[in-house]
Amino acid sequence: MAHDSLYAQPEAPAERAATHAWWRAALTRWDTLIVVVLAAVVLAASLSIDGFGSTGNAKFLLLDVVPIALIALPLTLIIITGEIDLSVASTLGLCSAVMGQLWLTGLPLELIVVLIVLLGGLLGAVNGVFVTRFGLPALAVTIGTLAAYRGLAYVVLGDRAVADFPYDWTAASLSTVAGGPLPWAMVMVLLLACAFGIVLHATPFGRTLYAMGNNAEAASFAGVSVATAKFWLFVASGAVSGVAGVYWTLRFASARADNAFALELAVVAAVLLGGVSIFGGRGALLGVLAGVLLLGTVRNALQLADVSSEALDVVTGSLLVASVVVPNVVGMARSWLRRRRRPAPA
Amino acid sequence: MSLRSRGARMGVIAAAVTALVLAAGCGGTTRGSEGGGGEPDVTTGTANPDAPLKEGLSVAFLPKQINNPYFTVADGGGKDAVTEFKGEYKEVGPSEASASSQVSYINTLTQQQTDVIATSANDPNAICGALTTARQTGAKVVTFDSDTKPECRDVFISQATAEGIADVQVEMIAEQIGGKGKIAVLSATPNATNQNEWIELMKKELEKPEYSDIDLVTVAYGNDDDQKSFQETQGLLRSYPDLKGIISPTTVGLAAAARYLSGSQYQGKVALTGLGTPNQMRQFVKDGTVEKFALWKPADLGYLAAYAGAALASGQITGEQGQTFTAGKLGEYTVGENGVIVLGPPTEFDKSNIDEFDF
Repeated sequence: MAHDSLYAQPEAPAERAATHAWWRAALTRWDTLIVVVLAAVVLAASLSIDGFGSTGNAKFLLLDVVPIALIALPLTLIIITGEIDLSVASTLGLCSAVMGQLWLTGLPLELIVVLIVLLGGLLGAVNGVFVTRFGLPALAVTIGTLAAYRGLAYVVLGDRAVADFPYDWTAASLSTVAGGPLPWAMVMVLLLACAFGIVLHATPFGRTLYAMGNNAEAASFAGVSVATAKFWLFVASGAVSGVAGVYWTLRFASARADNAFALELAVVAAVLLGGVSIFGGRGALLGVLAGVLLLGTVRNALQLADVSSEALDVVTGSLLVASVVVPNVVGMARSWLRRRRRPAPA
Repeated sequence: MSLRSRGARMGVIAAAVTALVLAAGCGGTTRGSEGGGGEPDVTTGTANPDAPLKEGLSVAFLPKQINNPYFTVADGGGKDAVTEFKGEYKEVGPSEASASSQVSYINTLTQQQTDVIATSANDPNAICGALTTARQTGAKVVTFDSDTKPECRDVFISQATAEGIADVQVEMIAEQIGGKGKIAVLSATPNATNQNEWIELMKKELEKPEYSDIDLVTVAYGNDDDQKSFQETQGLLRSYPDLKGIISPTTVGLAAAARYLSGSQYQGKVALTGLGTPNQMRQFVKDGTVEKFALWKPADLGYLAAYAGAALASGQITGEQGQTFTAGKLGEYTVGENGVIVLGPPTEFDKSNIDEFDF
């Protein structure tokens, strides 16, 4: 493995852990780097851009990243196992459309929210069945459901919008803790992040996810039920997308079939920027949260600085490419240096 | 039976979900049962029609999407107006016209304490919350082209009244076919709100005695798709060989129908008119396929939106019905019901003036 030390590794090889001081290992990890970059960007923006540091702006920034942060949590686990779920934004859209339709039929909103999360889980289970039972590649399956779920959303709601949700509920989606900069929705994200973080980093199940990403065959020989684990990850991804659908619908007071169109790209970008390897087996949740915030902060700061939206897209795209290219280049350079220092094998 | 068996586990999950659903379903919030608590009102103060226009107002245009030619021209009109009253103009907006993408731009403008936000809404509801926040912090909100819910903005600049749009098209076709004969309508989609409203009003207008010799035989739908509109035009002329004229109240339909006619034996024999843009229609006006068509001037729409915003920010108007203000070269305007300001009758374009316009 060429780029070991730039990715978070739950089980670093013992001999290397001994030769490197722990802080050096931590400093060269990609997710630590992203946290540092995030802090630097926040600091630079607060100093140089009018209005960036205000409470109101912090609130808007956090509200904007909530759906991406939500969906990124289960997606991190899925990508660590070496799979992918590209249907998340369409799942969100379909959930939003169904939520609007159910509201029109007069069901109570509390019940609708529960049903929508279940619907999300069901949509995720469909992905899970295709990937684990039929052994199809997740990329193909979820590109298929990306189109299918978005199409279904239009079947459900057409180009109409349902917008007469009660004000108490739509206002709640924007409300903050003690009127400060931290939205309650972000608190929900953080609680969920803790749950996913514990599962990923502090349980045997979490360790098996890394094992699957590194070598699914070996993992299944070692007695790990790869199919069951992946199936439930897809269910979780769908259910969380459903939660994001409820949040999106209430925040914009509008249930529409085109809600969150193409959001999957932003989510995958944030996850990769956070140091998760697209090939599976590497990544940490903290890095992903930092990646989500970094993308959101850069967008917000550049918008405040009146940078045009085309330039914004170029910057976000470049960040993504850099996040994939830089660790690889650094890793290659390192191993080249290492090879030069050691005597060539005879 | 232990909880380890698969069936039992599923049973427990199902029972838990059912309990949750039942608990959630009892005494919940349903549509129609909402008690109180709408959007908070924004206080608007009182109007002083004699207040001078303030200088140095920051005016931001937020179109449905940037790089859309229609909005580029409309916002350009806004820029001219802002330059006239010595304000600061800027245009911001998303690169894709989605319902929620405008929200973060409105939030940004709120942070920047922009005096006037002129926007065309992708969704009448999705940007409401953000606009309300902006207004609570002192911004004046003008919508143009596409409105939000009335309580979310100060005034709406409407391109023209529906009657004005319908009547001008009937008048043009009557003039071009000599007030007599069969006509057809080539519309957008069967459920397009604007087009359906105009077509109904055209039918009403055609009932007037001066149009009694004109017979509207059918309405065809080109779905605002160039190829479909082209084929529908072909179909109309095959089904009604004695058709005298076609009205197409949509820019896509009008351009496609003109393209068909210009390459057929019907060129110059079947009249065609409707709503179109000068750039799309120029060649067909010049080759004689189309004599005259109409549209509002998008630049004037932006120009009026900017002046309305300045009048609001200067306290000349508050958005109440009956208040008046002067919009530079366009003259005096009156705020109508629900804070709607109508730009005026559509502009007619023909050989004599089409080269003066570039949009």
